[in-house]
Formats: sequence, structure tokens, C-alpha cells
Amino acid sequence: MVNKTLSGVSDFTSLRIPIDKVGVEERVERFQKRSIKNGSKLEGLKLILNMIDLTTLEGKDTPSKVKQMCYKAQHLHDVHAGLPTVAAVCVYPNFVKLAKESLKGSNVKVASVATAFPSGQAPLSIKLEDTKLALDSGADEIDMVISRGKFLSGDYNFVYDEIAAIKEVCGEARLKVILETGELVTLDNVRLASDIAMYAGADFIKTSTGKISPAATMQVTYVMLTAIRDFMYKTGVQVGMKPAGGISNSKLALQYMVMLYETLGPDWMSNEWFRFGASSLANDVLMQIVKQETGRYQSADYFSID
Amino acid sequence: MERLSVLKTYKLYIGGAFPRTESGRYYELKNGKGENIANVCLASRKDFRNAVVAARKASGGWSERSHFNRSQILYRIAEMMETRRAQFIEELISQGISKSKAEVEVDLSVDRLVYYAGWCDKYTQVLSSVNPVSSPHFNFSTVEPMGVISVISDVKNGLLDLVSVVAPIIAGGNTVVVLAAEQYPLSAITFAEVLNSSDVPGGVVNILTGKRSELLKHMASHMDVNAIAYSGTSGEERKLIEIESVENLKRSCYIDENWNDKGAQGLKFIEMFQEVKTTWHPIENIGGATSSY
Repeated sequence: MVNKTLSGVSDFTSLRIPIDKVGVEERVERFQKRSIKNGSKLEGLKLILNMIDLTTLEGKDTPSKVKQMCYKAQHLHDVHAGLPTVAAVCVYPNFVKLAKESLKGSNVKVASVATAFPSGQAPLSIKLEDTKLALDSGADEIDMVISRGKFLSGDYNFVYDEIAAIKEVCGEARLKVILETGELVTLDNVRLASDIAMYAGADFIKTSTGKISPAATMQVTYVMLTAIRDFMYKTGVQVGMKPAGGISNSKLALQYMVMLYETLGPDWMSNEWFRFGASSLANDVLMQIVKQETGRYQSADYFSID
Repeated sequence: MERLSVLKTYKLYIGGAFPRTESGRYYELKNGKGENIANVCLASRKDFRNAVVAARKASGGWSERSHFNRSQILYRIAEMMETRRAQFIEELISQGISKSKAEVEVDLSVDRLVYYAGWCDKYTQVLSSVNPVSSPHFNFSTVEPMGVISVISDVKNGLLDLVSVVAPIIAGGNTVVVLAAEQYPLSAITFAEVLNSSDVPGGVVNILTGKRSELLKHMASHMDVNAIAYSGTSGEERKLIEIESVENLKRSCYIDENWNDKGAQGLKFIEMFQEVKTTWHPIENIGGATSSY
């Protein structure tokens, strides 16, 4: 199975590309220093809103919480006309059905985490069941986690086969593969895990579960974006990117947009190919949009509760 | 060989840290003889925004501290200031204030902190009440801190004005963003150093140095600021505050006191930044008997 897809690559270690950590840091610093003019900023903020996967993945989630979030996904700030909706909501498989019903008639998709999220410590059969449950309940997208333990012990074939198996079950649903970069230790590993995930059929690669610190960082995201670029050149297949966790303010989100544009270009500048996994980013972006248009700094008191 | 002089860099005080202004601007502070004594950060509206974020973040924790603990912390500020008495006096003199005036000012500032430290665990008892109502309810009013307050410091004294306004506000459980007087920024930043070493949680007091003309509008219009304390007499500026603070019904407080007066302190300065909450608690009242609770 491995040999076929990788067209001749029989050993994942040969895929290993060393990453220049200092170079990455310097490059990322550049993205943080771009001057963004008001007009572009406003457009950028609206695009960011439209790229958000509004997320709740807590043990304490209740049906009411999920319903409230689905309502928010469609009505971000109704007093302000002309705002887009978010791209999707992201919930546990248990809540997919409810989310799907709550979002009926809107363009907002339902993404579900699966495969024994967040640890991924379960046998494949259970992960497949978990995925099927989400899909049968109507999930449009599946966010799976890779087996980090297996990856770190060098069992790359296992990781690859697992992703491929989940992808097969997914069918039409788009598959996002969470690498949980906070546990992968080095940027070299992040690059290798990205490549394995893409060769195994990932539609998106995603940084983190949000349960581990550090979650998404610009450095890690940059390494993954360059992996996506190289993959595109090599195979002609476009893969999406989703940084998740820790991106909670507009300024940082805009810096991600700069990085995305300068690394992958305009083809990726839509929610079909780029997402933010976040719970509190939406409100901060809304506050910035209202600030841009009224000149008045805003308060969380006048926006919906996360 | 002559020693290389070591000059202090006066930076802003935001969220318990001393950042430079994000704008990278500064202004030159001159003494009476027209000599440059320091380059001072010229804070921008973005620095103010960052300071409000820090103040809001600190607000919950500070307002929930036990009042006695707030009292201890205010007293600690007084202690730390006392140990730096000489430095404060010297700095005031460098900014053009006479030695005798400077000494009085520093002593009064310390005393004022001690005064408000004493009020911390007493003002709620004095300002709260049980109210008579003609229905079977136990009706009582208590005071709660308003939240984030922006303070425009007076320009008469370098240090005393700042301390006299900020002490009662934080004693009452609020957090503040202060714009120091343009011509006396040095004492304000040295006061920040005192705060930083006095167990005052980061973000409770944030101090900016810069131009009132640039920042006043934003200090009055920011939706996440609950009240604005303005020490000054300009009619134009007051008008601007009134117009800009309407949008979120911000409380605007005009303070025009001679802080050098020993009596220029009191409960009213705490009360000014408190919100009254009244609770109607149903009680049993059968057959016309007098209510009991």
C-alpha cells in the first residue's frame, strides 16, 4: 500500500527534509513586520471570519452550548450588516447530529473530531467506528489525530496506513489530519508528519488539538505551508492548512494571512483551503471590524458570549 | 578616568511590564534651563488600547481580592515609596520643582496612600445600606467597583496628583490606565517602579506618558472603559469627553482639587468610582406581622 501511493518511495525516512530552524524564525519575523493598510485590513478581517472553524471541544459541552455556538456561527454580529458567516463549526461526534440540524439552510459546515480525539490512543477499529459515527450523523468534515507515539517511535508505516484507512471511510467528506505539533518535538518531525499525512490522502493538515501547549505557532505553520507547497509542485495536488489553538487575536490572524499569501499565494486565500481552528478569535475579529468602521475601540460586553 | 554616565530610560508601564511605545516615538523633556533631561515615550492610541486590555484582564482578580488584602497592598506601596523618598525628591527637583515643595509633595503622597489603605476594608460598610421598602423584601444596596477607569492626571504637581487620584480608585477595586502629566512624566514612571515592587498585580495600574491632545479622545471613547477621571479645567476638553463618553454611557468624573491641601482626601473619591447594586430578597411576611430576616 505504501509503495503504490508513494510511487517508489518505500521508506519514509528518505522523505525526511531537514528544517533550518533559525531560517524559519527569521522568515516568520518578516511576516510580523508587514504594514497592512486600513482597506486591506478590513478585507483581511472579513476573510479571516469566513475562515474560522468555530470550535467547542470540552468535556463540559452540552447540547445547549452546541446550539448556541451554531446560532453564533450564522449570526456573528447581526447589528452589523454585511458580515460573512464562519466556515464551519467543530464539535465532538456526539453533537454532530444536533449541529447539523441547528445549521440547516446555512452554508456553515459541520466538522467533527474523530479517531479517539485528542490522544488518538485507541485501536484502529474503534477509530474507524468513531469516524463512521460522525459521518453517519452528517459530518461534512472529519478532523482526525495521528498516532504521535507511533510516529515518535519511528513506526511511520503505521501512521500512514491509519490515515489512509480513515480517508477511505471518509469518502466525500474532507479529511483534516491533526499532527499535534506540540508533541512532535522538532520541526524536522513536523515536516515529515506533514508529508506522510499528505501522501496518505489528507485534504487538510492541521497543527493541533488545542489540548496541548504549545498549540499552533507561526513557525510550525510556516513549515507545514512549505510542505504543502512542495507537495503541490511534486504531485499537482492542492492540500489545505488549518492552524488551531492559541490564535485568539486579529493581529496574529492577519500575520497568518500574510504568511499564507506569501508562501502559497492567492489560490489558498479562501476557506476551501485555509481555516483557523479557534473559539475566541471570532469575537476579537468582530471587535476589530467594528473598530475599523467606527474609529472606536470596542468592548467584549457588546458582543455575543463565546 | 571619568565614569560613563548611566542614564535611566523612562518607558511605559503596561500589564506589569515596562515596554517602549509601539509607535517608537519620544519627546524631549527639558528642565527650567532648557536642558534636555530625558527622552520620554510618546504613547500612541495603540499603547492605550493595549493598556486597556491589560487593565480589563486584571480587573476580575483585583476586584475579587479580599478588601483587607487590597489594604495591605496599598500600604505596601506606601512603604516602598517611603524607601525611595530621596529619589522621588531629587526627580521632582530635576523637573523644576523647589526642594521644599518636593519634600512636602512626596510626604503627602505617602500619607495619602496610607490613608486609602485604611479605607479599603471599610468603605463598603459605610456606603452600603439596608433600605426600607413597603413589600415583603429584604432590600439592600452594596457598592461594587466599576471596572476599568481611564485617568487623565492633573498638571499642577508631578507626583501628588497622580497618587491622589489613583489610590482611591484602586482601593475601590478598579483598575486604571493613567496618562501622566506631560511635563512631569518622570515621577509617574518611577511611581510605576514602586508599584511593580509592591505586590500590586500587573495590569491594575497602567501608566502612559504622552500628549493629552492625542490620547484624550480615545480615553473617552473606548467602549471597554467604564469611567473617565479628568483632572483639568479646559472647557474644550471636558466637552470632548462628554461627547465621546456617551456611546457606552461612560461615567465622566471631573476632579479639580488642590491636592496640596491635607484634607483633599476622603470617601467621596472612592465612592465616585463605585456602582451601586440593589438586591430585593423575598422574605416571609404573614398576616401583617412585621418582617423579619
